[in-house]
Amino acid sequence: MSADVITLPATELASRPIVARLHEWVTTVDHKRLGILYIIYALVFLMIGGIEACVIRIQLIRPHNDFVSPQVFNRMFTMHGTTMIFFVVMPVLFGFANYLIPLMIGARDMAFPRLNAFSFWMTAFGGLLLYFSLVGANGLYGAGNAPDVGWFAYAPLTAQTFSLGHSTDFWILGILVSGFGSIGTAINMIATVLCMRCPGMTLAKMPLFVWLNFVMAGLVILAVSPLTAAQIMLLVDRYLGGHFFDTQAGGSAVIWMHFFWIFGHPEVYVLVLPAFAFVSEIIPVFSRKPIFGYSVMVGATVAIGFISMSVWAHHMFTVGMGANVNTFFVLSTMAIAVPTGIKIFNWLATMWGGKIEFKTPMVFCIAFLFQFLAAGLTGVMLSAAPFTWHLGNSYFVVAHFHYVIVGGILFSLFGAFYYWFPKMSGKMYSETLGKLHFWLFFIGFHLTFDFMHVPGLLGMPRRIYTYEPGRGWDTWNLIVTVGVFFQAAGILVFLGNLLWSYFRGKAAAGDPWDAWTLEWSTNSPPPAYNFHTIPKVQSRRPLWDLKHPDDPDWKYE
Amino acid sequence: MNATSVAVAEQKIDWNRPERGRVGMFSLIGAEAAIFTIFVVAYLFYVGKSLTGPTPKDVLTVPVFYTICLLSSSLTIHLAAKSLRCGSVRSFGVLWLATIALGAAFLYGTASEWHRLIYEEGLTISTNLFGTTYYSLVGLHGFHVVVGLVGLSIVMALALLGKVRSDHAQRVDVLSLYWHFVDAVWVVVFTVVYVLGR
Amino acid sequence: MRSSGANGWLSGCVRILVVSCLSTVALAQRTHSLSPTSIFAPVSTPARSIFGLSIFVLAVTAAIFVVVFTLLFYSVVKFRKRNSDDGREPPQVYGSNQVEIAWTVIPVLIVVALFMATARVIADIQKASLPANTIEVVAIGHQFWWEYRYPGREVVTANELHVPVSDPIHPTPTFIKLVSADTDHSFWVPRLAGKTDLIPNHPNSMWIDPQETGLYLGQCAQYCGTQHAKMLLRVYVQSKDEFDRWIQQQRQPALVNDAVSRGQRIFETTACINCHTVAGTAANGRFGPDLTHLMSRDTIAAGAAPNTPNNLRLWIENPAAIKPGSLMPAMQLDDRDLDALTTYLETLR
Repeated sequence: MSADVITLPATELASRPIVARLHEWVTTVDHKRLGILYIIYALVFLMIGGIEACVIRIQLIRPHNDFVSPQVFNRMFTMHGTTMIFFVVMPVLFGFANYLIPLMIGARDMAFPRLNAFSFWMTAFGGLLLYFSLVGANGLYGAGNAPDVGWFAYAPLTAQTFSLGHSTDFWILGILVSGFGSIGTAINMIATVLCMRCPGMTLAKMPLFVWLNFVMAGLVILAVSPLTAAQIMLLVDRYLGGHFFDTQAGGSAVIWMHFFWIFGHPEVYVLVLPAFAFVSEIIPVFSRKPIFGYSVMVGATVAIGFISMSVWAHHMFTVGMGANVNTFFVLSTMAIAVPTGIKIFNWLATMWGGKIEFKTPMVFCIAFLFQFLAAGLTGVMLSAAPFTWHLGNSYFVVAHFHYVIVGGILFSLFGAFYYWFPKMSGKMYSETLGKLHFWLFFIGFHLTFDFMHVPGLLGMPRRIYTYEPGRGWDTWNLIVTVGVFFQAAGILVFLGNLLWSYFRGKAAAGDPWDAWTLEWSTNSPPPAYNFHTIPKVQSRRPLWDLKHPDDPDWKYE
Repeated sequence: MNATSVAVAEQKIDWNRPERGRVGMFSLIGAEAAIFTIFVVAYLFYVGKSLTGPTPKDVLTVPVFYTICLLSSSLTIHLAAKSLRCGSVRSFGVLWLATIALGAAFLYGTASEWHRLIYEEGLTISTNLFGTTYYSLVGLHGFHVVVGLVGLSIVMALALLGKVRSDHAQRVDVLSLYWHFVDAVWVVVFTVVYVLGR
Repeated sequence: MRSSGANGWLSGCVRILVVSCLSTVALAQRTHSLSPTSIFAPVSTPARSIFGLSIFVLAVTAAIFVVVFTLLFYSVVKFRKRNSDDGREPPQVYGSNQVEIAWTVIPVLIVVALFMATARVIADIQKASLPANTIEVVAIGHQFWWEYRYPGREVVTANELHVPVSDPIHPTPTFIKLVSADTDHSFWVPRLAGKTDLIPNHPNSMWIDPQETGLYLGQCAQYCGTQHAKMLLRVYVQSKDEFDRWIQQQRQPALVNDAVSRGQRIFETTACINCHTVAGTAANGRFGPDLTHLMSRDTIAAGAAPNTPNNLRLWIENPAAIKPGSLMPAMQLDDRDLDALTTYLETLR
């Protein structure tokens, strides 16, 4: 224990009552605590979204099943999608970004700590608003309850005529409010990265994690705002008699799609760039080599950010935009595959010639590489518009995006959890339970999402509460459902590992992985002020320089 | 490794980073610009597509005077911020008040225009596509003017209480960035609604 | 220096590749025996064009997958830390411009190839010019049923679309204009064409030229509300004679039959006529399907149930038993009236 750390006498710590401790957490503006709040919030909603997925899959285990009614099923897939995207993946990524960015750039906190807290509570409130619909949304007979318009809520299904009661309004308000939180966090991240880096850390010397989250924040600014605008327009339609999406008054249903997907496509890059960030930190450390092609990785990231704003209408290939428009979006969508592929090759080259250690974070990241490769390739297939004329809105697309989000993003998230758990909690997790989690979840993931591609190829559309026998879909759906239980088991092992290790795990050192970025130079967990003195850096791997003073990075970069 | 400082051999590093208030405000402006862009796109998309009711040509009058008020307020706020930086708190106060007055005049202009449109011309947000897009776009801008005026008024109140000093100039600058943005948006809205859309 | 061994190995690989491609294609086309809605069993030109493109795209992406997968797998195995490791860090390599250029240029070339192939198919399908004897159909999407009108032939029907088979040498395609009366829908019969959406205030169009007679299945592919799942599609591709006969029959007004006048009176005095049309009678509602030739259809409720007297009776008595959430209300009739009504409907051939 370094003499720099101030320890409180044990009696002082033990005597603080629980109310005071909770009050500290509720009023905190410390980026580390807010980060943990975001992460715990996301884990709770992960459970809820997972249960919704279980209900969906049990209903679809065989044709003409009657586990739930069509009304309930339609609410399930709407809530599952909305919850997972807005109240699980976005918050957990913001949580990791909040926790790690100041530490990685040698700062004491984010640029705007109070805005940080405000943003978290807005996001949290949004989720509560969405779920309040379960009790508060009763409208006309049979028309209330949770929203059932699908997570992208196409007009005119969301008009008052077709969505009676208030369930749709809770969908709108929940996302609108959490959108303000997301924009607040993005503003904070941009200001932090541009204004709070420690001396010597030029933009070219920031960890890739910081770069990727920086570009992600820029995308949030540009992409969440169109959704906010569209939500306001929808509220004007529903409550002020407006006609933005009112086809009876000459309005356009297609323009909602454009506005939504101008948000929706960059949104998936908002989700995946932080996943790339995790992988870009973990793979080098466990391969014992620096990331291959740092500048190219930065360039590819920025390219992805720009191109992602120009591909949105590949979600609308079947809408009838005309051959020329379709062709343009085919080109832009295929183009974005190039920088994405470059990243995969760079990760591969990082491992190449290294000494790979198969600790749990690395194992999840290796699976990420294989799975994201497959997911990207099914995306390339879908970018060929005529192929999407068949497979759009089918289970092939559902399989594709779950392959990205679960096989890619969630796997890298699990890696991140295990990698930074020692830093955040001061304890080591159980490696055995970590590997058990991996194998259970890996088997479940592949059972579910590999085989899910097939019903799509055989004509099964999405968002159907039941299906006809005799279309050849039955067996595949059965296998898909079976996989869900393996995944659930894996998640339970994961949560158990986190909890058990937090209370009973071995104490973790400040740098258990022999890593190279600044967060590993403080204690585990870091003190409230992060660093005793603000560090000065000379290269991308300041701790490598310290550990290898005869062979520092700044000689070669 | 528990070292909390990674200082290398003492070398003076020239370390300049932008000011976080400005970066934050520019980011916010970016987000707001994206929101307004969508409303402008909707307005332009729906020009000429109303199935019924009054058209822009029928009912819109160009608000020249109130536009001049709003755009002048950008000048007064710029001068006010400059005064504060130079230390003359008094002229800062006067110019700041002028900014608020001009902004309020603009809002009054919008309100009276809307009153005329609703009660004399029968154009409401639910009348037709023109009504919906017009009131939404102009209303969204007006809302941002109101928010700006609230911020300006708070600073005015603090100034009157004698709490504003010249070292607050940077913060006042950040607020005036927002106000300039609101004016710039009006230039776009004005062009789209009163020039292109008629 | 090439040895004959390497040559033999290479040509062996090529042979395996060609055989597996061809057999995949053949296997894919057999999938219609696994599923009547397989996208790999096209019988119509748009579906065939897409099939050709999809095989090309699948082949390219499969090749990429095999190559990169192998490299990843190899690196994970070859460069793993051994037990005998000396604890030294491996050579720290920061990057390589040549390698970066190589793996940028190759993907760009692949993208160009894929794009050109795709652009061609888009033009083939969406910019096709159709011959003069194309059959014209207007498909109107409703919550949760399909309305079909044949404007040139004065036929209005529901849920079961009949089209003539098309001879490749003298094609008689069917051109379908797609509109919607309420929310968004999508017309997807995989063996005939890709899907195209039906969007209110945004007419779309598609065309098919099925080259084999038969019944082709599909369903609505854009979430449109509670009973999206049971808005099924049935397309009957018939020989020219059969199609003409069907058209003729559909053009006739309903036959008046005194034996069922009681049932007809119930139909006309209950709210039925507000939603349904029976040509030649007082019933001319447009909200629900046209029932003039109800008994010429194999299914009711957009494919949700076979068209039998029992199902028909059940549908009128309690639609929620067959399709909960459909917009057909339960008609609150007593048993006698229900029987009479069903008997009347049974005469609408």
